[in-house]
Amino acid sequence: MTAAPTALRDASLETPAPPFDVDAVRRDFPILGRAVRDRALVYLDNAATAQKPRSVIEAMERYYEEENSNIHRGVHFLSQQATFAYERARGRIAQFLNAPESVEIVFCRGTTEAVNLVAHSYARPRVGAGDEILVTHMEHHSNIVPWQMLCESTGATLTVASVTDEGELDLADFADKLSPRTRLVAVTHASNVLGTINPIRRICDLAHEFDIPVLVDGAQGAPHLAVDVQALGCDFYTLSGHKLFAPTGIGALWGRRELLEEMAPYEGGGSMIQSVTFESTTFAELPNKFEAGTPNIAGAIGLAAAVDYLNGLGMAQISAYEEELLAYATDRLLSVDGLRLFGTAPEKVAVLAFALEAAHPHDIGTILDIEGVALRTGHHCAQPLMQRYGVPAMARASFAFYNTRHEVDVLVTALDKVKQVLG
Amino acid sequence: MSELRELYQQVILDHNRNPRNFGPLETANRHQEGFNPLCGDHLHVYLLLNDDDVIEDIHFDGSGCAISKASASLMTQLLKGSTADEARSRFDSFHEMVTADTDAPVDLEAAGKLAVFGGVREFPMRVKCATLAWHTMKSALEAETEDPITTE
Repeated sequence: MTAAPTALRDASLETPAPPFDVDAVRRDFPILGRAVRDRALVYLDNAATAQKPRSVIEAMERYYEEENSNIHRGVHFLSQQATFAYERARGRIAQFLNAPESVEIVFCRGTTEAVNLVAHSYARPRVGAGDEILVTHMEHHSNIVPWQMLCESTGATLTVASVTDEGELDLADFADKLSPRTRLVAVTHASNVLGTINPIRRICDLAHEFDIPVLVDGAQGAPHLAVDVQALGCDFYTLSGHKLFAPTGIGALWGRRELLEEMAPYEGGGSMIQSVTFESTTFAELPNKFEAGTPNIAGAIGLAAAVDYLNGLGMAQISAYEEELLAYATDRLLSVDGLRLFGTAPEKVAVLAFALEAAHPHDIGTILDIEGVALRTGHHCAQPLMQRYGVPAMARASFAFYNTRHEVDVLVTALDKVKQVLG
Repeated sequence: MSELRELYQQVILDHNRNPRNFGPLETANRHQEGFNPLCGDHLHVYLLLNDDDVIEDIHFDGSGCAISKASASLMTQLLKGSTADEARSRFDSFHEMVTADTDAPVDLEAAGKLAVFGGVREFPMRVKCATLAWHTMKSALEAETEDPITTE
């Protein structure tokens, strides 16, 4: 079910980026210079949402100050400018994902909406009683609940591929659970808790043997890894702008053209039509068919600016830097007595979920906050995974390419303080 | 560090390590389960309420952070022997204290032993931890119902 690879990727983007200079990179993010509770901010909650570089903030400001207008409507100058900027943004996202065509990029609010769109427009008409949707035990609620709702209303069953103690997908179990009744596989590119990078190509090959399409939740993959949807071999890929250094409220769904074309619209309204009478409506072509109403134009422009920024640094450089930082942070955290790390797969993005014997994650979170360290505590929208590891909650440090070894050291010192207070 | 000590006072740390009235209460005639879906805190409050509406005995158990555990523990100590009405009014004043404006001084007399939770006001995200047991207790007083309550 894979399309023949085509070359849309801009050759100029392949030129080697300059050496990675984290101090210079940090200066691109205004918020990283601020203090929190009188201490330098150590922001380690990037998997929840990432910070925005100045270029993204300025691109949105410029849009509102100079180009604001509705798109695909007026013939006037500003409307043309806004339309051009919005469609240019679509092209940038297509390039970023190495999508064959930009019309295969649908702008949406984020991964949650993208998954719901596929559940509603692709899966619902094709799924009936006795059919199955296969997910993994490490999915975020946004890649569980829409499928559960779908199953409830269609009589289908949600099947779940297991995760090993180390936090890897159990591929043998996954292969076992694929069946002729499986209608769709929905799997995360990278776990927001364990950090595990899933073997997407392998998963897609297995699923495609049964002609089963694969949706990849890229919310945590895209910020860390060079994504090439054609090389991955998947059928749908989703991303959330706000985790990709872009604003909230914008994201993208990529889908293979044949699938998107067969799908019914998601929402009805303006922009998604070709002609409307009270008797009937014909729908617009891709991608407008899926973009009812005035979209988040400024958000799309901000997302394109974020993608440009990432391309400027080079995703390969970003991955290499993060890999080194993750190795350092893993070693340092494992040196903390009484710390249990969740997720030790060999292939990981820079996410470290842990628990301390001495303290509940919520107390860890507050004490770290007082030390200026922002991290997430709780169930991370992955309650089934908490159940898998038998804990009610975890603390999670999630890194971006602007984090430093020094910040890891601050985290470890702060964890010692947690143990002093609560131990 | 002062904010830290303000929040995690010795009394709280002590109750976290050695929670009082911890474990199920065999004689209970009221029981309620409470959740904080945000953080996964989960506890049970058990009451023995006599015909005069007096809380003869009160226990709790479950898992949670230091703030929620200490709050539950202190609550059980404080409410044993109170009438249901007194318990409700304790709930109100406790709730008021932990959600009050941070500039307002804690009314030490009204708060009594619970004044140790005054520091929670600086951390709005932790108010739910401090109040979970109280919400659960209040609902147990009303409750013939067994539907778990949540802080959301």
